[in-house]
Amino acid sequence: MLELKNITYEVEDNQDNKEILKDISLTIGDHFVAVTGPNGGGKSTLAKIIAGIIKPTSGQILLDGEDITELDITERAKHGISYAFQQPVHFKGLTVKDLITIAAGKPMTVSEICDILSEVGLCAREYVDREINSSLSGGELKRIEIAMITARGTKLSIFDEPEAGIDLWSFNSLIRVFEKMRDEINGTILIISHQERILDIADKIVVIADGQVRTVGTKEEVLPELLNTAETCRTLTDKM
Amino acid sequence: MDLIQKKLLEQVAGLHEIPEGAYNIRANGEKLGRNTTANIDIVSKTDKDGIDIIIKPGTVNESVHIPVLLSQSGLQECVYNDFYIGEGADVTIVAGCGIHNCGVDTSKHDGIHTFYLEKNARVRYIERHYGEGDGNGENIMNPQTIVHLKEGAYMEMETTQIKGIDSTVRVTQGDLAEGASLEIREKIMTHGKQYAKTDFRVDINGDNSSVNLISRSVAKGESKQEFFSIINGNAACAGHSECDAIIMDDACVTASPQLTANNIDANLIHEAAIGKIAGEQLIKLMTLGLTEKEAEEQIINGFLK
Repeated sequence: MLELKNITYEVEDNQDNKEILKDISLTIGDHFVAVTGPNGGGKSTLAKIIAGIIKPTSGQILLDGEDITELDITERAKHGISYAFQQPVHFKGLTVKDLITIAAGKPMTVSEICDILSEVGLCAREYVDREINSSLSGGELKRIEIAMITARGTKLSIFDEPEAGIDLWSFNSLIRVFEKMRDEINGTILIISHQERILDIADKIVVIADGQVRTVGTKEEVLPELLNTAETCRTLTDKM
Repeated sequence: MDLIQKKLLEQVAGLHEIPEGAYNIRANGEKLGRNTTANIDIVSKTDKDGIDIIIKPGTVNESVHIPVLLSQSGLQECVYNDFYIGEGADVTIVAGCGIHNCGVDTSKHDGIHTFYLEKNARVRYIERHYGEGDGNGENIMNPQTIVHLKEGAYMEMETTQIKGIDSTVRVTQGDLAEGASLEIREKIMTHGKQYAKTDFRVDINGDNSSVNLISRSVAKGESKQEFFSIINGNAACAGHSECDAIIMDDACVTASPQLTANNIDANLIHEAAIGKIAGEQLIKLMTLGLTEKEAEEQIINGFLK
């Protein structure tokens, strides 16, 4: 279980302090939690704070009751936190096999890597020796990013907008990967997403806007409100 | 062969014992062993230090190993090796130099290798440089490779210098006739106060010929690297060079590519990139449980693989 207590994150902006996250308190214990809300609302910042990439200005993070606020990225990874980047990183020379092996933290046979890659819909034979570079498409890189998280199999897996930067066609099959993951993987999955189909399979939805938790609830509680209150563009309504 | 020489041999030629096929092993300026085959002859030069390697036309699936070992501190030598590759031959040549310097004097090996590839000959040339030592003596290597490719000839050259060479100036020159093609991949890592310079010059003279040069290097500590490349496209040809360097600590890297097209159908490209390891690469690997130092090692190993 992950507990965030009064998390605040400020950055300096033209000599003023700008609050990106404002006193966020949240308990995440369900199996499949979706975080949604407008762009720029602080979702990715929150994910990076959980993974240890960003240090909060104030507040406390507890994982299964243990205070991990002062732990660095590596120590949090070892404590069981995984983080799939919104924009996968390229590596010159490192192959899919290399990264999956690093993620698993132990030597992997080709058939073990094959199992992991097929989970995310990639044929291992074509991919094991491919370099993680721009010769792979956005959808392929996303799948490999997700495969690294499944190879780790930690108690908390964070996915930052897995749908970002991939075409609708690829996304449809990616949804099935997450549906399968929800059914088969133990531990908590925290997924930042704007996609209704992702929100639809979540046990709990957290809405973050303007650096604050706007709503927390089941999809039955949150989704209708979310879909109805989508802000309409004023210029457009004026024109109409 | 003593233990030190055996270790050097393993580093530069990947060999544990005397190799199969044709070979010439040179240790401390002397011929330590030589073997020729029906198709590959090795002859000592009479006018200067060095050997001629003569490969008969049509020789296929054979290899030549010509490692050089220096374990006597302060030894300095300049060796000329000429390779004559007959028409249609297809061979692998493994050269390399290993220096073990446990004294205070400078050990130096300058190897000048000239390749003459006849029509449609194919050569895979692998060259490794390695230095070690527990003294204060410097290890210096200045390899020169000159390649002449006739019509349809193909040469693939792989050079690696990972450790222990204090100073190196690597000169590669080539000329290509119609339909010939030259591929060069070099990998360099320098540390401490080492210096490495790559000086590459090729004239692409024949139509449908091509050159591809890929250099990847890592400069650590206070080391200094310089990369110069000149590609002259004198025909309807393709030339591509790529210099990619990771810079660390207080190192210094210069990349200075030059392309000249003397023909409207010459297609020449250069890519150069110098930069430190991207922060997001380190962060990604750290989120997989590696420490920052482990992440750095993985990135460098992959980069130079």
